[in-house]
Amino acid sequence: MARFGMVIDTARCVGCMDCVIACKTENQVPEGFHRDWITTEVSGRFPTLSMEIRTERCNHCDEPPCVTCCPTGASHVEEFGRIVLVNHEQCIGCKACLASCPYDARFVHPDGYADKCTFCIHRVEAGQDPACVAVCPTRCMHFGDLDDPQSEVSRLLQSCRHHALLPEAGTRPRIFYLS
Amino acid sequence: MAILSRRRFLKIGAGAGAAATLGSRAPSWAGDFFGPARPGDRLERVPTYCDLCFWKCAAIATTRNGRLWKIEGNPEDPLSRGRLCPRGTGGVGAYYDTDRLRTPLVRRRNRGEDEWVEVTWDEALGEIAGRLQRLKAEHGPEALAFFSHGIGGNFLKHTFKAFGTPNLVAPSYAQCRGPRDVGFQLTFGEDVATPERTDIANARCLVLLGSHLGENMHNSQVQEFADAVGAGASVIVADPRFSVAAGKAKHYLPIKPGTDLALLLAWMNVLVGEGLYDREFVAAHGHGFEAFAAAIAPWTPEWAFPVTGLEPAAIRETAREMARHRPATLVHPGRHVTWYGDDAQRSRAIALVNALLGSWGRRGGFFFPASFEVPKYPYPPYPHAGRPPVDNPDGRYPFADLGLTNGIREATLSGRPYPIKAWFVYATNLLQALPNQEETLRAIQALDLMVVVDVVPSEIAGWADVVLPESVYLERYDDLNTEAFREPFVSLRQPVVESPDDQRPNWWIARALALRLGLEAWYPWRTVEEYLEARLAPAGLSLAELKRRGVVVGPHRPITVEEGHALEFPTPSGKVEFWSNQLAEHGFDPVPRYTPHPEPPPGYFRLLFGRAPVHTFSRTQTNPLLAEAMPENEVWINADVVRRSGLANGDAVRLVNQDGVESAPIRIKATERIRTDCVYLVHGFGHTAKGLRRTVGRGASDAQLITRYAVDPLMGGTGMNVNFVTLRAGAGKEA
Repeated sequence: MARFGMVIDTARCVGCMDCVIACKTENQVPEGFHRDWITTEVSGRFPTLSMEIRTERCNHCDEPPCVTCCPTGASHVEEFGRIVLVNHEQCIGCKACLASCPYDARFVHPDGYADKCTFCIHRVEAGQDPACVAVCPTRCMHFGDLDDPQSEVSRLLQSCRHHALLPEAGTRPRIFYLS
Repeated sequence: MAILSRRRFLKIGAGAGAAATLGSRAPSWAGDFFGPARPGDRLERVPTYCDLCFWKCAAIATTRNGRLWKIEGNPEDPLSRGRLCPRGTGGVGAYYDTDRLRTPLVRRRNRGEDEWVEVTWDEALGEIAGRLQRLKAEHGPEALAFFSHGIGGNFLKHTFKAFGTPNLVAPSYAQCRGPRDVGFQLTFGEDVATPERTDIANARCLVLLGSHLGENMHNSQVQEFADAVGAGASVIVADPRFSVAAGKAKHYLPIKPGTDLALLLAWMNVLVGEGLYDREFVAAHGHGFEAFAAAIAPWTPEWAFPVTGLEPAAIRETAREMARHRPATLVHPGRHVTWYGDDAQRSRAIALVNALLGSWGRRGGFFFPASFEVPKYPYPPYPHAGRPPVDNPDGRYPFADLGLTNGIREATLSGRPYPIKAWFVYATNLLQALPNQEETLRAIQALDLMVVVDVVPSEIAGWADVVLPESVYLERYDDLNTEAFREPFVSLRQPVVESPDDQRPNWWIARALALRLGLEAWYPWRTVEEYLEARLAPAGLSLAELKRRGVVVGPHRPITVEEGHALEFPTPSGKVEFWSNQLAEHGFDPVPRYTPHPEPPPGYFRLLFGRAPVHTFSRTQTNPLLAEAMPENEVWINADVVRRSGLANGDAVRLVNQDGVESAPIRIKATERIRTDCVYLVHGFGHTAKGLRRTVGRGASDAQLITRYAVDPLMGGTGMNVNFVTLRAGAGKEA
């Protein structure tokens, strides 16, 4: 079974937020909340600066603390693609998962359940890329099966320098940034 | 189309589904929240083209159970290549915007007091037509001026040409790209046009002067920029601000604002002095090269150093880098270039650097755009205007080739060369687009009639006598888009959903007004479908096909020398004019020369402004999706300056300009990403119109602070980067 992940080429990304807005429409994310966001990291002193712009979201970790800590089992690893999901019906909105996530990727939906990126599982099941990937005008995002050595994401990770966010948290995140 | 599997839906979607049925508590940007996709949803996909900016990307809108859900790029479209920019994706919000105009309005009291009576279309159009007929009888039809922006203005423009006025203008010329196109015409005989004919994707070296691609989100340009960066192109950025593009650059030149022309001259000096230019191209196609070379000989990198603040070594190194990659080196002409009043000459200097690199007509340079031949509708000839346009009397600006908004404003104020008594304004917020708001307001007060057509109650609508609410692009047909680009194409805008209230499409407004003005002869068609069908048929196309596909692409034709396109230069000499006799004849510098611009007084900073990827001008700030992505602007100030001023990141300040004009409170973005002698704002915020409820009072307006402007003597453009501001702390805005 697949193990989905993303590889994002920060050299191409301009931080335009198309991914953020596409997620809002695709998933009808309510006003005031978002499942993905842009981070800009600047280092150095003017004019000798370097900058990395990243689109960020749930890392769908291989060792997801949000799943381990969930008292009801609502947060779970889906068999399909090892995607980390929340079962809305089972969720009691206790926020343990919000506290456990090193990436601050979750929020409580106004309807009472913990919400976050689903890797657009409804699209992926239909053979499409997640909305953020499909919409990106810079084509900086790649989605695929990390367990398939022939997949685009695997080949990019084999051939390019990359990093993940907060590897020290030990959650084994599945979103990688080319740098 | 992706449909959730039944099993998945039951697992993750049931809660939300039930909530949607029962009424979710979630605050929504889409009216009554309609929740995530569910199995059995009825989906419809309707192709159209976008109107969130002037790029006009072809798109496909999807409705779910009859409600507008999302908008994506049309994969057949040469402009979007299937991917919209964030504004296009957020176009959904233009439909759901709760601040939209809903019904025609007539002013109740004094102009600008923003108090209105709701009227019917019949009453509104009757009022306008009656007053325009009186105006025609008393002052002649030329006393009407039409201001517009974008393709949506086409039908109204047609009505007013039939009415008999030659005074048709758009701020996209004298407040934006006019100087660039004049500078290129004077050099190559052709302009850069829109969408720009720049082959960014294949450039091996891309040079950007203040042009902040990636923040400035012209879709094809940004896509190609990413492609070029991905392909390892060498990017050179000269900008007082460390832009997003600067973050991708091999060479970042932190140039002193207002000195770009000096840098360009020094680059030319190195290219010629070191013999790095394209000798073959210049020998075959150059006019006046020897005189040009002599003229630029003094402008060495050492001369440019104290002017620009850039090390001579860096100037030489970047010039050599450009030469290494020629002819696939593209010195980007920019788009919004009305900066200092010598902008046509600066643009000409950009054209000349490209000429030295031989990039005109070449792969990785400037291509020859191809367009789909769709004949115009066979209207009867327009009446001959009795008087010439009012905006450029006696050819004061000899190279102006389109109307000047500021010229109309001036004539409205002075009554010379003849009076302008009515303004009809379509889809352009003149108070945020033109420099010096006070001049604009005085001109408006001198009018007998002002009509504004808009989708939201913008500042300019607040000053109108009659306001007409237009349907947003998702609710209307428009004219065909046949812009010239890499491939010839035709795209269609068609309604996806119905207008929620009493808004009407521009074609309907234009036709209804024309009929009331007795201009039936110019409206042989009754519906826009008839008009579109009549235009498409001679091109071998049908409306049905366009409605189904959204865009039709013609066969590829050669667009570069490499592909077999011939080089032609429709200048007076038939060559690339390194030395311009035309300019010399009118008393201008035949080769551009640098003139220093006034510097900020002590304690002041030069006010610079630019774009953000999620907003267009001052038109999108009430779009709930785009407002959420960027609800207000910040003033970028160098971090050291902020510290020395006893201020901190996030503090609210007011900006006060050299004439004592004070901005609304705005938060400080303390950053390493800008020089110490300037500050920077994203344009379009600081709205004051009370009907723009989602955005009023958020951020500050650069336009309000642009009280001074420097007029380009070649073509009348208004340079706007000539204002200085100081900071007033204690703006009284809660953290």
